[in-house]
This record gives sequence, C-alpha cells and structure tokens, in this order.
Amino acid sequence: MSSVHDWAAPNPVTTNRSGLIGKGVDRYEGPLKVTGTAPYAYEVRPPSPPAYGVMVGSAIATGRIAAVDTAEAQAAPGVLAVWTHLNVPPQPPRGTKAHPRSTAGSRPALESDRVTHWGQPVALVVADTWENAIAASALVRLSYEAGTPDVDFSARLPDAGQPPGEQDVEIGDFDAGFATSPVTLDETWSTPIQNHCQMEPCASLAWWEGDKCIAHTSVQMVKPAQHGLAETLGIDRDAVHLLTRYIGGGFGGKGQTYDDLTLAALAARALGRPVKVAFSRQQMMHGTIHRPATVQRVRLGAEKDGRLNAFSIMTWTHCHQDGTFTEHASNFARALYAAPNRLTGHRLVKLDLPGAGPMRAPGEASGTLSLECAMDELAEQLGLDPVELRIRNEPAVDPENGRPFSQRQLVRCLREGAQMFGWDRRLPTPGQVRDGRWLVGLGMAAAIRGNFLLPAKCSFSVDAEGVITVRQGMTDIGTGTYTVLAQIAAETLGVPLGVVKVEIGDSELPPAPGSGGQFGAASAGSAALAAGMNLRRAIAELATGDPNSPLYGGDPERVTFQDGVVAIENRSETLAALVRRAAPDGLTAEGDSRPPPDMREWSTQTYGSHFCEVGVDPVTGEVRVRRMLGVFAAGRILNEKTARSQLTGGMIWGVGSALTEGNAVDPRHGSLIGQDLAQYLVPVQADIGDLEAIMLDEVDDKANPMGIKGVGELGNSGAGAAVANAIYNACGVRVRDYPITPDKLLAGLIAKGM
Amino acid sequence: MRPFTYERATDLGQAVREASQTPGARFLAGGTNLLDLMKLEIERPQHLIDVSRLPLAGVEDADGGLRIGAMATNSQVAGDRRVREHYPVLTQAIVSGASGQLRNKATTGGNLLQRTRCPYFYDTTKPCNKRTPGAGCAALEGVSRETAILGASTACIAVHPSDMAVALVALGADVETQTPAGDTRRFPLMELHRLPGETPHIETHLIPGELITAVVLPPPPPGGQIYRKARDRASYATAHASIAIAGGQVALGGLAHKPWRAVTAEAALAAGASPTEAMTAELADASVGELNAFKVPLTTRLFAAAVQEISGEAA
Ligand SMILES: Cc1cc2nc3c(=O)[nH]c(=O)nc-3n(C[C@H](O)[C@H](O)[C@H](O)COP(=O)(O)OP(=O)(O)OC[C@H]3O[C@@H](n4cnc5c(N)ncnc54)[C@H](O)[C@@H]3O)c2cc1C
Ligand code: SF4
Repeated sequence: MSSVHDWAAPNPVTTNRSGLIGKGVDRYEGPLKVTGTAPYAYEVRPPSPPAYGVMVGSAIATGRIAAVDTAEAQAAPGVLAVWTHLNVPPQPPRGTKAHPRSTAGSRPALESDRVTHWGQPVALVVADTWENAIAASALVRLSYEAGTPDVDFSARLPDAGQPPGEQDVEIGDFDAGFATSPVTLDETWSTPIQNHCQMEPCASLAWWEGDKCIAHTSVQMVKPAQHGLAETLGIDRDAVHLLTRYIGGGFGGKGQTYDDLTLAALAARALGRPVKVAFSRQQMMHGTIHRPATVQRVRLGAEKDGRLNAFSIMTWTHCHQDGTFTEHASNFARALYAAPNRLTGHRLVKLDLPGAGPMRAPGEASGTLSLECAMDELAEQLGLDPVELRIRNEPAVDPENGRPFSQRQLVRCLREGAQMFGWDRRLPTPGQVRDGRWLVGLGMAAAIRGNFLLPAKCSFSVDAEGVITVRQGMTDIGTGTYTVLAQIAAETLGVPLGVVKVEIGDSELPPAPGSGGQFGAASAGSAALAAGMNLRRAIAELATGDPNSPLYGGDPERVTFQDGVVAIENRSETLAALVRRAAPDGLTAEGDSRPPPDMREWSTQTYGSHFCEVGVDPVTGEVRVRRMLGVFAAGRILNEKTARSQLTGGMIWGVGSALTEGNAVDPRHGSLIGQDLAQYLVPVQADIGDLEAIMLDEVDDKANPMGIKGVGELGNSGAGAAVANAIYNACGVRVRDYPITPDKLLAGLIAKGM
Repeated sequence: MRPFTYERATDLGQAVREASQTPGARFLAGGTNLLDLMKLEIERPQHLIDVSRLPLAGVEDADGGLRIGAMATNSQVAGDRRVREHYPVLTQAIVSGASGQLRNKATTGGNLLQRTRCPYFYDTTKPCNKRTPGAGCAALEGVSRETAILGASTACIAVHPSDMAVALVALGADVETQTPAGDTRRFPLMELHRLPGETPHIETHLIPGELITAVVLPPPPPGGQIYRKARDRASYATAHASIAIAGGQVALGGLAHKPWRAVTAEAALAAGASPTEAMTAELADASVGELNAFKVPLTTRLFAAAVQEISGEAA
C-alpha cells in the first residue's frame, strides 16, 4: 500500500539534475500550431473523401416536434442523408451501459420528438460538400408544438431546492454568531450564464474499418468519450478507436462529447464513408453546456478587529431539466477563511435552458466574485486594509475538517503581491485618484482552487536510436501537456528533450483522466514519472546484465542517466548504443499512479492573490484594466512558460467575467443573446493592460511524487473580484450584478451625484 | 449558404448596369459584412459583382477638401496624412470601429452600407422585419441594450453600427454615386440612410444598382474636432453611444437607424446653451425602454465631456 510519505524520497523530477523541470521550454507542438499544420479533429485526413454533416438546432426551447418535412432538403444538390428522430438509426436508450464498467453511458442523438432546450440538435443533413450540406440544412422544415419556456431564473429562485444528495454544511451556530457580531455584512451578488467560447468549436470525423469505428473528436477526456460512443453505437468498447490529438481549448465544455461525434459515427456507418460533423460558432452557444447563472448571498459577521465570527455563502443556480449539475459556488469558501460559525450550501432549480456544466474553475470562478468583494466591503466597514483583513482570518488548519494544510502560502502570496504591486499607494477612500479623464483605483482578492490527483497509467519506450516515446491516453487542450510530459521523460531518463516523442489523445494508449479540474499535469505526470522510473530500472538491468556493456556486473541501483549516457561512475556508454546492441527491438515499461489513501489526511489547495488597477471613466461608466498582477503558490512548476500562460489566461477570463461576459436569456424564446463572438464579449487584446503572473517557489510533497499542483484554473479564481474591487476604489460604486457594464456603473455614478 | 455566381467588375458603367439588370445581384466590396451575412443566409444574393478592384480607391484633394474613393479601405483613410491633420474626427471614428484586420479589408462604401448588429437580425429563428418584411420585430420586447432611442418605429428599433458615418455626417460630407443609367449623383451623406418607418428593410435612398463611388469632404470646418465612443470593451465592440463634433456640427451614433445629425443640439449650443442643456433638448423626444434608457444620460454626459475636451484643447 502506497503512502504520501513515499513521496519524500528524491526522484529525478524533484532532483532536477539537468534543470529541465521548471524551465520555460517551448511547446512541443508549437511549430505545428503556429504553422497551421496541427491536424485538429476536423482537419485529420481520412482514408477516403469525407461527406459533411450539418446539424439543425431546434427553434423552440420546450415542446415537441409535431411534423417533419425533409423532402426539399433531401432533393437538394449533393445531399446523401437527412435524419431526424423519425429515421435516425436506432441507438440504446440514454444512459445505457451494456458494459457495466463503462465510464459513460449511451448518448443517443436525435433521440425523440421531445425538445428540452433551444438549439438542441434535431436534424442532420449529410452531403458531399459542406456548402451543400449547410444549404440543405436550411431546407429542413420542422413544425413544433411549443410549450412556454420556463427559463426565468430570478422568477424561479423561490422554487430552488437542495441539489440531490446534498446538505447545507453548518459548523457552530451561524445565526447566533451572525446576530452577536458587532460588524456585519449581508449582500447578494449575481453572475450570468457564460459560454466557453473555445477557439475550436466541437467537431468530429469518423470512419469505419470493418466493424471498428475510428473517431477523431475534440474532447478533454478520452476514456469516457470512447466508452460513451461505444455504448451509443451498441458495439464493443474496443471497437471504438477514439482520437483527440489536438484540441483548441476545452475549459470544461469538452469534458463530454456531443451529438457531432454520435452523428458522425452513425452517418459514417450508414453511408460507408468518412463523415465530418462540426458545431458552428452559433450552435456552440446552445448546443453545448454553459456555466449557469448564480445568485449568491454572502453574510459575514466580524469582531471589531476583523476576525470573522460568522461566515455564510449560499448559492442559487440552475441546470437543465434532465440534469443535476450544480455550480458549487459556495464550496471553495469552506477552506478559505477561519470563522467558528459557518454555513454554506446550494439551491438548484431546473429550467428549460441548455445543459449547465463545468467551466474553468467551476465554483471558484463564480463564488469568488461574491465572497472576495464581500471581504473588500467588510474591510472598508472595519477601516482595515483588505490584505490585512484576509491575513487576520488565515486559518491554522482547514477550518471545516481540522486537517493540516499540505502547503499553504496564501499569506505569502498576499504580502509579496502587495509589495510587488505597490499596494501601499492605494488610498482607502474611493474616488481620490485621477489620471486625465480616468478615475483610477486599486483592488485585490485572494485566490484558491482545489488540487486533485486521479489514477493514471503511462508507458515509456526507448528504441534503438535512443528515442524515448511517451504514450498516454491523455489530452492537451492547449495547456502544455505534450511539453511537460516530454520534460518529465527527458529529466527522468537523462536525455535531451529533442529525443523525446509524445503520443497522447488516443483511446488505445494507457488511460489517463484527461484534462479538467486542473488535475491533468499532476495525474498524468505522476504516471509518467512512474513509467520513467520503471524504464530506468529496465535499462539499468539491461546494461548491468549485458556482458558487452561496460556497465556489466555493476549494481543496477547505481546506474546514472545523463546526457543520453548510462554510467556507473567512469564506466559508460550511450543509451542508444546499449539498446541497439542489447535490445534492438527497444524496451517498454509501464507505470501507474493512484492517490494513496493517506493523502486525505491533508487539506490540499492551490492559492494566490490578485492585484488590479483599473481606470473608470466617470462620464460613461466605462472600465479599462490598466495593470494586473497575480502571485500564486501552486507547488513545483513544471514549465515556467506554459504555467504562466495558464495563469494569465485565467486572469484574463476573470477580467471578462467582471466586465463583459455573459449570455442574457430571452424569456420569450428560451434562447440566449450573444450567439457569436461579435456579441458575446470576451476580452480582446486592447482590454488587457500590463499583466503579470508570479509563481512562488513551492514544493508540495503531499500532493504527488513531483510536488506539483495544478495551475489551469487557479488564475481564474478571484481575478474578477480584484477588478470589481478596483472599480469601487476608483469611483465608489459597487455593482453586484455581473458583468459590470457601463450601463450599470453609470446608474451607480449618477445615483452618487457624479 | 446558397449557391451564387460571382464576377469581378472591371468597368464602372458595366458594373452598375449589370447590378440593375441581374436579379438578386449585389455589390461585393471588402466582404466583411456581406459574406458573414450570406453564411447565415440573412443575405441571399444570387449574383455578386465584386467592385473592390475598380479604380475607386484613391484619396484626392478636391476643392479644398478631400475626395475619398469608395474602395479606399478604412485603414487607408484613417492613416491618410491629410485626414489625420485636417479631419482628425474621421480618423478617430474609423479606428474606434471593428478591429485592425477588419479595417484593413473594409471599404468606405461598404462601411456606410453595413447592416445593423441587432442580435435578433442575426438570429434567423426570430421574427425580424428587416429580414422578412411583415414578420414582426423580436427586438421590440426583447432583451437587447443596443436599440435605438431616436427615430425608431414599432417596426424596427435597430441602430446603424457605423462609426465612420457619424464622423462623416458631422463633417458635412457628400456621397457621390453612379446610377444604373450612367449618371453621377451627389448628395449630402446625411440623406443617404433612412429611418425605419414601416419599411425597415429599405435602409437607404439609393436606387437599386446604384454604386457609391466616393465620399467628398468639404474643407475642414473651423473649430475643434472630436470623436467619442462609449462601449463595453476597448476594441471590437459597437457603440452604446458615440459623438462626433466637427466645428459647430454634431452627429450621434449608436442611437438611431442612421447616423443622427443633432441639429437641435447644434442650434441650442450656438444660442448659448450649455452642452448638457443642448443635448437634453436634442434627446427630449427620445423614446426609451428599460434596457436602453441609459443611453440618454450617457449621450448627454459624453457630449458635455467632448465639448469640454475640445474647448480645453482650444484654450
Ligand atoms: C465583428 C465586427 C465588428 C464590427 N464593429 C464595427 C464598429 O464598431 N464600427 C464600425 O463602424 N464598423 C464595424 N464593423 C463593420 C465593418 O467596418 C464593416 O464590416 C465594413 O465596414 C464593411 O465594409 P466592406 O467593404 O467589407 O463591405 P461589404 O461586406 O463588402 O459590403 C457591405 C454592404 O455594402 C454594399 N456595398 C459595398 N460597397 C458598396 C458601394 N461602393 N456601393 C454600393 N453598395 C456597396 C454591399 O453590397 C453590402 O450590402 C464591424 C464588423 C464586424 C465583422
Ligand atoms: S429591431 Fe429591426 S433588425 Fe432588430 S429584430 Fe426588430 S426589425 Fe429586425
């Protein structure tokens, strides 16, 4: 039985002899991407010319398809098939698991006449060209019996109930603690629906080789995609070869597959030729999941010195009629600040909206937008600096479960961030600083995001050329997985990066959990390290057992690996020479990693602080971010460059959440406003001023054998709150309804007589 | 996307003749608006006449002003030394619109005739009188902030998204065209666009097949110039409201179905009213809903700030 304590022993990654670990080496697949030659799912070249499928979305949010007329579409040039629920090939009912251990059940497409959200794929047209398919898709005539969409989240708040299987978490007596606190705050925030807006919309290409389905798609997790497709097609799981080599952003939205994959596979089978199906940008907004809206009530009760006595965050949110997904915007707060009396929980209401699901830092991203502003408001009430207020509430152990923290450098993030940013220049009274037409303000927030280790496997091979190949059913969603796996391999086997090949995104490779929840690098990397160690051992035994090797007869434990050379003291040969001679077919070793049971004895999180300077135009209510600094403590950093990109990307997301992003709901139609990137406003280059992310030196030896933690979501947590707090400091207006657009801020400015 | 035929025009006269004679023909300039709309089947031309290579891309001195060819790109016009020196309001307006890539491709004529960004115009599952006359207007009771407060009708409350056109109206520019009959017309740009009335699908006073060949700027007016635009993000977003001031002339953007010449405000200002009073008078008849009501104070404040900025510069 393994234990966290085993991780204290040094290993090649923690020893980092050649210094590759942490180094900001260029992306492994960077040249392919910047030259436009990385084959994303839709660009993979199939064995024969593909046909093109285009989906049709429903024009109602709830009800049923009453009549279908596909005659005109069928007769259109180049059309090969037109499917609706009436003639789609049969698929097992939703959720079917013919194989009990499948990680996902069947997800039938064009399932029935029932429509449960606007934009639900309700028809497929396949044609010889994409142009013909899209032209014919406009000729599919569907008539509906439409119900009245139940989509008004604010009207339905009173009906929200406990999410299934969940209880509120109360420690101490919140009401009593709140009532007796000398300083209190009770405010409510709201956040809108957000869409992932990945650069690459969901897309799939499938063909069949005999009874085997080869499917390229864009998905974050390989195994559930493979299993789900096999279940949907009603075939053996091994009969699906699922590949996802390059992925243009996932952010949680590609944690599952969609009808593009199912329909491509079904159509390829029916037509006997490869079929491509992709969502359009517009279809992505409704056809895939979104981050649901929330309403969050935060109550804080403090002593006059700032110590929290009572603390509560309650979140109301929504999900799809057939779903249970809950945006857990209150959970993160359980580990953040000390307070004896605590109450957190969630309320969920089902609406006729598309599926709610995870989006980058699910929970934290929304939740910090309330709590971290509430802390700012409380600091002002107390006459305390917001950084100091947080430090005064720093817990010694996890405030909810009493576990020791594996590593917690939140206070250092706060202090060093404040110093680097020049926080001491902030004037506590809002509206004091002007620069030309802009009122300038500073704001800050804390960041926290959980850290996870999931089971994973990996294999390493070395061939007669000394080339190391890493194979793993892992994904790289633009985060840098290819690169960090190559770094781990090179460091573990003491070879230059140039001789490492990485093959991922393939269901026939050793399984890994995929990318999500910022668990990717830690989970996949730990398995890679294990595989690397096993290959080292195999190579050492090969060398010391080969009479033709200068290392013959030596102790395998004493073999060193450096610069492509294996050695015992001054006896050495190159790795390539050894393998070529003694194992001409190469050597392969597998490794796996799983969380040891005692890992749960520690509370393990990643932490950070955000500091932001904004300008507010008091005339128009426009906000522009001038500079932003994040300081993060997230364990050992594998690659300074890719990690920094993850963190700054998260921070930019926070800016969007604070200022521009959101899909309004049209209650008459149950559809979303903002159906393309001209209308759904993510930050553009001009919106982001000076942006910096600093990573503190840290090793968390309770997290995994490498001492690393995730960074993919941490940057998003708290960033928006820092922007909102800076807006207040600039102009004295608090807008608690995100995003803080000029119309809302202007109303506040006018109300203040400005 | 529907099948269509395409030809590249080499001769101006022939282009306009064909445009008026071929059913469903449209001019294609930079394509940054038309092609997007064709992909969504909001525009369904049967025939495209690509006019982008007609020799209409020059910017020339003309009677103390400038004659800007209809095919001159937005980037080219904004960067022209004479424009930057004598018509800074025009440069400011152009660079505040779209994005660098789009401005490199977009033309002067195409920018004037770009279509609204009303979200319901883009969502073809919703009724829209502009797309389908008589279908109704989904925006009327809808949830968009970006709707008109001036000159709207119950048939359409969309706004014209051009920034450049607002500056041109303030500058008192003329439009020059070639009619299908081969005549050259010239009229104030202010008279190019129509208010929606009952026929929001008819957006301009051009006759079918008429090609814009140039925009003619009069000599620069005495006095300061400025363009101010309020929007959600720093770039690549249309205006909640925008203001162009060129000497004593004022035009407003983001508020109406066309660039709005603020004659009431101009007169009030000339008569000694404060900028706030002047714009309040201009917007006295504004019709607002809950979501776009902010445009009234926004425009008034933006105007006061713009006037102040100009007089600050003058002082
Ligand atoms: C996402 C996005 C955001 C944008 N934001 C802004 C903004 O904030 N502000 C702004 O001002 N603009 C904005 N634009 C609009 C951009 O400036 C226009 O797309 C562009 O100006 C259109 O020019 P074009 O030459 O490409 O026109 P095209 O697309 O070629 O043509 C547009 C229309 O004009 C007609 N036409 C073109 N030239 C002539 C002519 N000479 N005579 C008669 N008819 C003609 C065409 O038939 C067509 O109907 C935005 C565009 C996009 C895509
Ligand atoms: S406002 Fe005009 S463009 Fe928008 S939906 Fe109504 S008619 Fe169509």
